[in-house]
Amino acid sequence: MNESRAELSEHPGLDAEQPAVRVRGLVKRFGEVEAVRGIDLDVAPGETFGFLGPNGAGKSTTINILCTLAEATSGTAEVAGLDVVRDRAAVRRRIGLVFQEPTLDNYLSGEQNLRFHGELYGVDRTTAAARREVVLKMVGLWERRKDEVNKYSGGMRRRLEIARGLLHSPSVLFLDEPTIGLDPQTRKSIWAYLSELHRTEKTTVFVTTHYMDEAENCDRIAIMNEGRIVALDTPDRLKAGVGNDRVQITTSDDAEALARLRDRFGLEAGVHEGMVTVSVPDGAGFVPRLFTELGVEIRSVTVQRPTLDDVFLAHTGSTIRDAEAGAGPSAFAVMARRGR
Amino acid sequence: MSTAPAEVAPTRVPTFDLRHEVRAAKVVWQRELIRFGKDRYRMVSSLVQPLLFLLVLGVGLGSLVGSGAGPGGGSVKFTAFLFPGVLAMSVGFTAAFSGISMVWDREFGFLREMLVAPVSTTAIITGKCFGGATVSTVQSVVLLALAGLVGVPYSPVMMLELIGLLFLCSFMIVAFGLVLAARVKQVQSAFPLVQMIITPMIFLSGALFPLSSLPGWLTALTHLNPMTYAVEPMRSVVFDHLNADAATRARFDPGIVWGGWHVPLWAQVGVVALGSIALLFAAVARFARTE
Repeated sequence: MNESRAELSEHPGLDAEQPAVRVRGLVKRFGEVEAVRGIDLDVAPGETFGFLGPNGAGKSTTINILCTLAEATSGTAEVAGLDVVRDRAAVRRRIGLVFQEPTLDNYLSGEQNLRFHGELYGVDRTTAAARREVVLKMVGLWERRKDEVNKYSGGMRRRLEIARGLLHSPSVLFLDEPTIGLDPQTRKSIWAYLSELHRTEKTTVFVTTHYMDEAENCDRIAIMNEGRIVALDTPDRLKAGVGNDRVQITTSDDAEALARLRDRFGLEAGVHEGMVTVSVPDGAGFVPRLFTELGVEIRSVTVQRPTLDDVFLAHTGSTIRDAEAGAGPSAFAVMARRGR
Repeated sequence: MSTAPAEVAPTRVPTFDLRHEVRAAKVVWQRELIRFGKDRYRMVSSLVQPLLFLLVLGVGLGSLVGSGAGPGGGSVKFTAFLFPGVLAMSVGFTAAFSGISMVWDREFGFLREMLVAPVSTTAIITGKCFGGATVSTVQSVVLLALAGLVGVPYSPVMMLELIGLLFLCSFMIVAFGLVLAARVKQVQSAFPLVQMIITPMIFLSGALFPLSSLPGWLTALTHLNPMTYAVEPMRSVVFDHLNADAATRARFDPGIVWGGWHVPLWAQVGVVALGSIALLFAAVARFARTE
């Protein structure tokens, strides 16, 4: 987006020489389907960059192109200043990859997996041994390094994959949904390791997720929807940009509540996650009015300051959970768009 | 070619070079050995079938066939005839399973780890071939140790020649297994497929019965079978060290005849070597294209 491009130069990390990731006019078609519809992107060195969007938004396709695993239909992509098509092998040496699906050899020990990786990436042996210790200690697996991966929990395997992705000191670490399928506590610990990494290694991190709470940990985030980047900024600014509070109520008659909100309050509400949802500038002040004037029995009320969920909603027309469930744009979204 | 800022890339990773490729192939080879070493069950179970063929079928059929005692007084036990064939059968199956195991590597994601690395697919596939061939050959040493039991002398030269031939044969079959693995996506169909293809290859190779008196159409099939060119040299090597007269040898070790031409041993080995290289590159091409 144009305004986000202007915003780039203001970002503290971005005065640096060349961007860690640079994408221009990227398009990827699979037959009839246009998965990526022309995106531009710059990620600064050392930045933790979140790439958000529902399943099928084009995130994985984009990340695959950046990792040299897929070729773009048109447009260019550079990683660490190298073209992903022309300098494929050189790009591969400079990136670390953590995929959605596991890619470990479960019959080898954690350390053997890392040793294998170091050899494949041509890291010299002395460096590799030192790096193994650093990365295994960083993800808290040093004590368990001799155990077969079989004996690791899901969270430990994920951590091992992250450690492995860092073994060859990549310029950019790509993580595609690194916390998918993990319990909340493990998700939290993965992010703790990622921020530790950010502090100690200064590696650029490019991470896709569809957990909005996780995106808060990123320096900047891009929201992708239906093949386009619909928002790109720091989480705080994105939230400030949405402005309104979100009020969600459960009622005895949602349809009636929607109608009255429209007629009496002039508000376009929608039903999200089973609750009548409306966006207002001052949520706390709106609630008393709601009780006196709505005329439909209200069973519960929640008022939320804007979150990244709201940012997502405002830009894509659905909450990420709706989007996951395959729901289309709602009345609320139409309003949110108009209000932008 | 510009490089990333120094502070984000402290580790120097060398640019494309042969040493790196060899290192990558070597670590893939090592992984096969480590995995084999951990799988005791596989080691034992894959010896059962060849032992059954050698000691049960061999002894049983041997009483029917009789020892090839000719007028020259040389006598050859049927089990001695069967010995090189069973060796070939043993490495044939182990090597094919080793090649097809790439289907599991794909299923569990490890193939991806290998293929996204900054090395050529050739390095990965070559490492895999050497790994599978080493494992198969090491396993067949247990059978070699039984030579005395079946009437084959413990000649060091013969043993070394056999080990070399077994390695070459294994290499070819691992590469063949890899070509299949590039096609097969489903883990469940991998083993039955190997059984279905390797079994006729063994039967049509002269491993279990001499090719001397087969009908013409069967002879044609054996000549098209690459395994034939791996089994025949092994049998020649064994017969060189047996006390067999010319008639016995002609019956049990007839060699391979193309038209009227007796294919010499070096040419047979050449067929296997060329086949290995062709299959290796076929596997590389398939994995580079499909993954």
